[in-house]
Amino acid sequence: MCLAVPMKLLEHHGQSGVLEIGGARKEVMLTLTPDAKVGDWLIVHAGYSLEILDEQEAESTLTLLRKLGESET
Amino acid sequence: MNILLPFRDADVMQRIAAEIRQFDIDRPLRFMEVCGGHTAVIYRFGLTDFLLSTIRLVSGPGCPVCVTANDFIDRAIALCELPDVTIATFGDLVRVPGSTRSLAEVRARGGDVRVFYSSADALTWAREHQERTVVFLGIGFETTACTLAATMAECVQSGVKNFRFLSALKTMPAALQALFSAPDVHIDGLILPGHVTTVTGLSAFRFIPREFGIPCVVSGFEPIDVMESVLMLCRQIKDHHADVENQYRRVVRDGGNPQARAVIDEMFEPCDMPWRGFGIIPESGLKLSPQFAFWDSENVTVEVEPPQEHRGCRCGDVLCGRIYPSECSLFGTACTPETPRGACMVSSEGACAALYHFAPVNYDR
Ligand code: SF4
Repeated sequence: MCLAVPMKLLEHHGQSGVLEIGGARKEVMLTLTPDAKVGDWLIVHAGYSLEILDEQEAESTLTLLRKLGESET
Repeated sequence: MNILLPFRDADVMQRIAAEIRQFDIDRPLRFMEVCGGHTAVIYRFGLTDFLLSTIRLVSGPGCPVCVTANDFIDRAIALCELPDVTIATFGDLVRVPGSTRSLAEVRARGGDVRVFYSSADALTWAREHQERTVVFLGIGFETTACTLAATMAECVQSGVKNFRFLSALKTMPAALQALFSAPDVHIDGLILPGHVTTVTGLSAFRFIPREFGIPCVVSGFEPIDVMESVLMLCRQIKDHHADVENQYRRVVRDGGNPQARAVIDEMFEPCDMPWRGFGIIPESGLKLSPQFAFWDSENVTVEVEPPQEHRGCRCGDVLCGRIYPSECSLFGTACTPETPRGACMVSSEGACAALYHFAPVNYDR
């Protein structure tokens, strides 16, 4: 129930927007993330977007983890 | 492209597991995952298979359906039996047994119980059905509270008169405070709920390392997130250090989401709240502020049956991390997802249901 999933913002219509993941589209309220822009990944919970996903941060987390265990220099 | 897939990469999982093994910790560790979303990920992806046998993951009180007390469901049922009332709710709650019945049973006998994906959808339905009084059952933590606050703000502003709110909303820091103040709960590290912290920010949980000396990591919800969080907890323990660290940096800002908190503060105020397994925890709930009393169905007088616990069900002990679900004598026999005796067997985030679905061979983690 606390599930929140990332979805990509395709269309912005004022208070709400159309978001998509894996071909599934949904109309979602954007009032809690007023800075969301088309193309952003948003974290969606119960019909509202809660936060904007920081793609650079996601990439840097993965880059660090992919190097785990390689001999430290 | 699905942005989540790299966070399920098996090679990275192995690397993290190898790193955790290197710590060679000499005592058994109990880490609690507070959020039911984490419980579901841990079982679904079999994460315990990647961990050392000395690290145990214990479920906590973060499945909203599970911690909803019987008297809330009993009250919702009593309201449902009034003329022209529609109960609107999130799906999982419908099957949770109240003291003697569930909302599903009431619906089967003609009660009007409707499931909505969001409170905004329920408000739209109410606008289109002026002949009904729609009572929305508000359960959840800060994550859900901000969405419900936004819907109630819209309801009040646009003067919708046939929509009401019944609150069992809860705030996570208050529950954790109560949990760790209990003498018989011993936890070495906490995996904090990423989506609650998205709203609250990190500071809401800083009292845990400060007052209880327990290391905390805010975690995302993919297998790699949870594994990295375990690794970060091990590092804190090894360094004799306790802080709130953020593993879920791609989503959680240190200061949380101020818009979300502002709408919660505008619409709700703290109140004492009953939790399954804990009893009433002071100031651990949210209800509509008094100026919105018109929309609060707490103010409707109905006769509610006296609350009773289900005989033999040990949800309370499961939710406090005192026992594993398989230690309940009803687990998998009298109580299954088809015939749930307690709330923890209903929601896929409930520890009993997650264990039943995903670990049928080796129940004991
Ligand atoms: S197995 Fe069923 S009866 Fe036992 S604690 Fe879990 S939900 Fe309650």
